[in-house]
Amino acid sequence: MKLPAAKPASPATRALQVVPPSGPTVWLTSFTATAMTFLCVFALALSLASGRLADRWSEALARTATIRLSAPPEQVQIQTDAILSLLATTPGIASFRAIDDAETRALLEPWFGPGLPVEALPIPRLFEVVEAESGYDSEGLRQRLAAEAPGALLDDHTRWRRPMAEAAGRIRLLGVLSIALIGAAMAAMITLAANAALATNAEVIRVLRLVGAKDSYIARAFVRRFTLRAFAGATVGTLAGLVGVAALPAADAAGGFLTGLGFSGPGWLWPLVLPPLAAIVAFLATRRAAFAKLKELT
Amino acid sequence: MIAFENVAYSYGGGDLLSDVSLRLAPGSFHFLTGPSGSGKSTFLKLAYAELQPTSGQVTLFDRDVKSLSRDDVARTRRRIGIVHQDCKFLDHLSLAANMALPFTVSDRESSPQDMNELLGWVGLSHLSHALPPQLSGGERQRAALARAVIVDPDVILADEPTGNVDWEMSLRILTLLVELNRMGKTILIATHDLNLIRQAKAQLQARVLRISKRRIQLAGADL
Repeated sequence: MKLPAAKPASPATRALQVVPPSGPTVWLTSFTATAMTFLCVFALALSLASGRLADRWSEALARTATIRLSAPPEQVQIQTDAILSLLATTPGIASFRAIDDAETRALLEPWFGPGLPVEALPIPRLFEVVEAESGYDSEGLRQRLAAEAPGALLDDHTRWRRPMAEAAGRIRLLGVLSIALIGAAMAAMITLAANAALATNAEVIRVLRLVGAKDSYIARAFVRRFTLRAFAGATVGTLAGLVGVAALPAADAAGGFLTGLGFSGPGWLWPLVLPPLAAIVAFLATRRAAFAKLKELT
Repeated sequence: MIAFENVAYSYGGGDLLSDVSLRLAPGSFHFLTGPSGSGKSTFLKLAYAELQPTSGQVTLFDRDVKSLSRDDVARTRRRIGIVHQDCKFLDHLSLAANMALPFTVSDRESSPQDMNELLGWVGLSHLSHALPPQLSGGERQRAALARAVIVDPDVILADEPTGNVDWEMSLRILTLLVELNRMGKTILIATHDLNLIRQAKAQLQARVLRISKRRIQLAGADL
């Protein structure tokens, strides 16, 4: 009798074979990865869309300012001329204009309805100022306005812009936190599933240790299987999430706050990082669980 | 090869083995006998580093087991073939795949030709694709023996290898073990089957050790 000689083999494939191909944890890992990644796609979409929306608002407000003139009727035209003359000589202003009655009526129409008698109401006169690239000295302008047109008030939108920027930052942070929490929940679930799988296969592990298997070999078998399951589940979850986001109602003017919710342009590529990320989470979680459990079992 | 020096092992507050000193020389053939519960299996587990001695020193291939890491234990077991009475297999793998496990776990592959020869040696060629639950007790024992020797180990430790089989199959397994010893393998068989020991002594020079009162003694001529 001659004892068999050794030949090299594909370690990954062979390691996979030693673990029974199915078990109660199969569906748990795949389902967890699918569900968590599905949620992750929406968290990502919400985060990106909210950030984009806030950026857009902030950007729109950042480059404009409004001057409001409230003066006695006989002073309105005098102070209007003073304001226009002052703006014409202020450096850093790209353009400016006085908003006429028709436009003022249009601005107020959503609140008061059509046919508003603007002339009969004490509505302040508005001026739109567009900032040049170099910017203007808002404090200086404020002081000159106070001197030459005492009824004028400059609103450079700072009080709007700051909360917008803060809101954008917080929404992004919430999105990142949500994704991190979802990742942590997935890691916890996969760790539980891996522990259950290892406990279920305690006898298999004992046999493997008996014939000379190292912990790293046994762990590799489980880790590879869980990583592949998580990757497959996450791919399904990502695709389902993308279909869900794509199926959201199209953005239009009536969309209000929801305008632009979803992904835009290259943003559609972001969810594609989720399956590899889920696989990495599964890999790390299973590996940690496997080594701990192996020491406990044998 | 395997040496015990003043080894004691306690479990649950009671001594199972105490003051055991023994050296298994290369190419030797030993039987370890004693009544059930006397500590035969414990002795074997100490010999393949499944257990660590409470006191004393167990040396495997010139290394103290207490100094072995888990990876070292795994590597050491590749030099020791282990056969149990209730031999365990991976039920989802074929007999041939189970026999090849010691190769598989060291990321190697056995040649099909040599595998066939080994299957033929233990008389299981016709069952190479069978799953372990389909095997009889004797077939499982022979498969376990084949799995134990597939990586050409230096030592074979067998715990009641004939415990679940009839006399005819016991003789067949003994013949295989004797043949391995003639190939230069060191053999230690734990058994309470005195007939088997007598049968072996008729074929070769085997030392018989007896566990009595937690100690190991050389058995007398009554065997």
